[in-house]
Parts: sequence; C-alpha cells; structure tokens
Amino acid sequence: MGVEICVEGLTKSFGHQVIWQDVSLTLPAGEVSVLLGPSGTGKSVFLKTLVGLLKPDRGSVRVAGRDITTLREHELYEVRKLFGVLFQDGALFGSMNLYDNIAFPLREHTRKSESEIRRIVLEKMDMVGLIGAEEKLPGEISGGMRKRAGLARALVLDPEVILFDEPDSGLDPVRVAYLNQLIVDLNAQIDATFLIVTHDIASARQVPDNIGLLFRRELVMFGPREKLLTSDEPVVRQFLNGRMQGPIGMAEEKDAAQVEQELAQLGDSARAETPGSRELTPRLLPGPGITRPPRWQAIARREAEPHRRREVADA
Amino acid sequence: MSLSPTGALRHSGHLFAMALDVLRTVPRRPFQLREFIQQAWFIASVTILPTALVSIPFGAVIALQIGSLTRQLGAQSFSGAASVLAVLREASPIVTALLIAGAGGTAICADLGARKIREEIDAMQVLGIDPIHRLVVPRVLASMVVAVLLNGLVSVVGVAGGYFFNVILQNGTPGAYLASFTTLAQLSDLWAAELKALVFGAIAAIVASYKGLTAKGGPKGVGDAVNQSVVITFMLLFVTNFVMTAVYFQVVPQRG
Repeated sequence: MGVEICVEGLTKSFGHQVIWQDVSLTLPAGEVSVLLGPSGTGKSVFLKTLVGLLKPDRGSVRVAGRDITTLREHELYEVRKLFGVLFQDGALFGSMNLYDNIAFPLREHTRKSESEIRRIVLEKMDMVGLIGAEEKLPGEISGGMRKRAGLARALVLDPEVILFDEPDSGLDPVRVAYLNQLIVDLNAQIDATFLIVTHDIASARQVPDNIGLLFRRELVMFGPREKLLTSDEPVVRQFLNGRMQGPIGMAEEKDAAQVEQELAQLGDSARAETPGSRELTPRLLPGPGITRPPRWQAIARREAEPHRRREVADA
Repeated sequence: MSLSPTGALRHSGHLFAMALDVLRTVPRRPFQLREFIQQAWFIASVTILPTALVSIPFGAVIALQIGSLTRQLGAQSFSGAASVLAVLREASPIVTALLIAGAGGTAICADLGARKIREEIDAMQVLGIDPIHRLVVPRVLASMVVAVLLNGLVSVVGVAGGYFFNVILQNGTPGAYLASFTTLAQLSDLWAAELKALVFGAIAAIVASYKGLTAKGGPKGVGDAVNQSVVITFMLLFVTNFVMTAVYFQVVPQRG
C-alpha cells in the first residue's frame, strides 16, 4: 500500500514572480514527510501542483508511474482518486452537514448502499473523534472540528497518498498534539504516503520520516529527519530553532553582510542555541491500541535504543 | 481584471473554452438531476416576482408609446398589433435576459465564487469530481429552462399590461385591440423569442459560472466577480440579441 511520488525539476511562477524552481524530491511510499518553509514560500502552491490543480512551468510529478503534469483532464480525475487532501480550513461543503460532507465521495464514486456508507462514514468520524456531530453544518463548528471533518472526508475513499495543508495552523498546542498522534496512528493503520506542509517546528521534529525545507524559491534540503535535525546549514538551523539571527528575515531574506554579522554574534554568545536543540527529539509512535506494521516496529526499536543507552550511562 | 489587450483576449478565450467544456459535458452521465431541480427552483424563485413586476410597467410603456404614435399616424386600429409585436419580439426576451443575468446570474456567480475562495471547488476536484459536470452543467440547463418559461410569463404579463393601459387608460377599443392581435405578429415570433431566451439563459449562466469559478483574492474577489459577470453578461446579451434579430428577419418572411 502507498505509492511513491517522484518530483523532478519542478518550477512554478505566477507572471514574472518565480514561486520556487527546480524542486526535486521523492516521497517514499508509505512514509511520512514534512515540508517546512517560512510563510509565503509557496508550500500550498506545491501541494496544489502535486494533485494537478495547478500546472507547473517545468518539471514532472510522477505518481504511481504516471506524470500528473501531462495527463488529460479525465485521466487526472482518475489519478486524483488516489489522493486524500486536507485543506487548510477543511474545505467542507458549506451547504451540507458533516455526515453528508464525509459521505459525499462515497456517494459520487461508489455504488455502495446507504447502510454501508453509513457504516464507513461513522467509522471515519469515530477515528477523528467527531461522533455526535453528524448533523452539524460546517459553519456551526470550530476550526479544529472542521479540520478533523476534512480529514475524515479525505480518508473515506482509502487514499494511497494523503496531503495535509498546514494541519496545525489555528489550533491550540493540545489539539496539535492530538492531531499529530492521529496522523501517526493513521500512518500505522492505513500505510499510505503522507506529506504534511507546515511551519510548526515541534510537529516537524516529532512526526515525520523525512523533512524538506523550502526557502528562497528553492528546496534547500530534503532528506531523512535525522539529517535535517542535525544539519549545520544556516537556514535549516535558523528555522528549526525559530530564531531571528540567520538568512531568513521578516521580509523573506536579508543581505549577506548582515547575516554574517548576526551569525558571528550568535557564535560569541557561546553557541546560544537552547541546549539539546540539535538533539533528536524522540519520535511520536502509534498509540497503544494500534497494531504496528513491520515498518513501525522497526522505528520503535530504533527509537528505544539510544534512550536505553542513556539510562544505562546514568546508572 | 487587467486592462491589457492580451488579458482581455485571454479571458475571452477561457470563457469560450469553458462554454465548449460545458457543451461537451452535457451528455455525460450520470445527469445531476437533483442539482438541476434545486437550481431551477432556486433561479425561478429569485426571478419570477421581479420579472412580473418589471414586465407590467414595461408593457405599459410600450402601450403608451404605441398608443400615442398610432393616434398621431391615424392608425389606431393597429395599436394592438404593434404592441403585441413589440412585447413578443423584443421586450420579453430583453426583460428575461436582464432578470436572468441580474437575479439568477449574480446568485450563481456569488455561490460558486464563495465556494471557490473557501477551496471547496479545489476539494471537489481533488475528490475526483469535475465541477463543470457536477455544478456548472445543472446550473446552465436550469437557467435555460427557467429563461424559456420566464419569457412566456413576460409575454403574457406584458401583453395583458399593454391591453390594460391601451383600453382602460387611453380609451382604445377592446375589439380593435384584440382583432388586430395577429395582423402583424405570427407564431414564429414566439418561437424566435423563446429561442433567444434559451440562448440568453445559457450565456448568463456560463458567464456567471466562469466568473465564479475563477474568483480569487478573498471576499472582495467574489464581489468583483459578481460585478464583472453582470457587466459582461449584459454586453454579450445585447450583442447576441442584435445578431439573432438580424438573422431572424433574414430567415423568416414577414407579414404585410
């Protein structure tokens, strides 16, 4: 289960403004990847390009061996059935209640009976903790609930790829923690390929297998979580530490001299990074009720090792 | 909207491309019957009352103008004939067009525009559903059907209003009015008017859908889209009306 997405040399611009250029990365099948980037670096545009809602200027996006960018409209609709997308605000249909919203893809694409649809919809609503809110309209519920309902709708066709557009924006830290746990649990249960676009560093440290960073119209780095969290690249360090000193400025970027100066000052104050910031944050593992597939068993074993060693050292 | 000539051309091209897409998608099954009925009901409900209220004074104005004109020319016996002709041929399709565009089109554009900026349309496409098939085609067909029916309503109300003003207020003779009813007008006038209404309904709905589906830039973008859709629709409708009228006179032999 889960399909690989292979992006090569992707470039997108609106008019004369280049959003990002020459982005190449591979989202491995069944793994969780996070795409980080300062606000306004075109992360959402990237997601929309992946599902063919926007056409790139150059480059290719291969999903299950088919290039999204060259498909005809009706073929595109077929390939899109592999995707589940959680939009920023849930993008629920305002005229339908939550139940009908979540049932919508089933009613449109399958010939399932109403009772079977009911079973699936209630199962997904239970998964995201929305039981009892079936009759509510999207306008009557909180942003967090809308997001969870959007997620339930994205899950209902058993997608092979799930894309999350800022799942944590506008949520309080507790809900973000629950949502992260939900994402990890889901990955263990349905084994689909996940891509999360966000600027929440805490989630990026805990959740994914791979991290990418978009900055200055380019993909600065993409690779396994460990590689980015321990990287010395100034942009990556600045972003992961959420500090002002570094190449990222308020208005997108700063001039080189200023960056040099700031980094030198930072060096003076004795490696001013908060202690442990370069350490690997423990990964979030699937909850106790979830049966872990082999991939997650391996991750759990790897996670357990260094901690055990440290405990031994302490003793 | 950019004012550059290429921008205008591009918009016209996209609009035309969408009209073709709609045409190509019409036969695709399953037909969205529910959406069609809901939309037809909705468009009818927002247009019927204003249409009736507009067509009464419209018929009255025509009756007054023709009443005094025929008196000046000494052709009072033709006042009925002329006023029926005017209402049937020109007034009713134009009134229908204005109301379909002004009441129905704006509602369609605002609805689709709001869905677009809330990313509902994107979500629908990602769920593998073509918004042209699911949303636009039912709206275009509903608008066409309602336009045809409205045209009938306007004709009846307009002619009745004309009769009332001519006979009651201008002291015309009911007999002469009714007797001259069919001296100039013929059945093909009615068909032509209904055909015009059908085309106007399609144009209004397609322009409104196009503007709604391409709305961007938040709530203000929806407002702009609605505004532009009304302006563009009106321009297109009056041009189309002229062309169809010109063709009609060439094709259908006139009486008298």
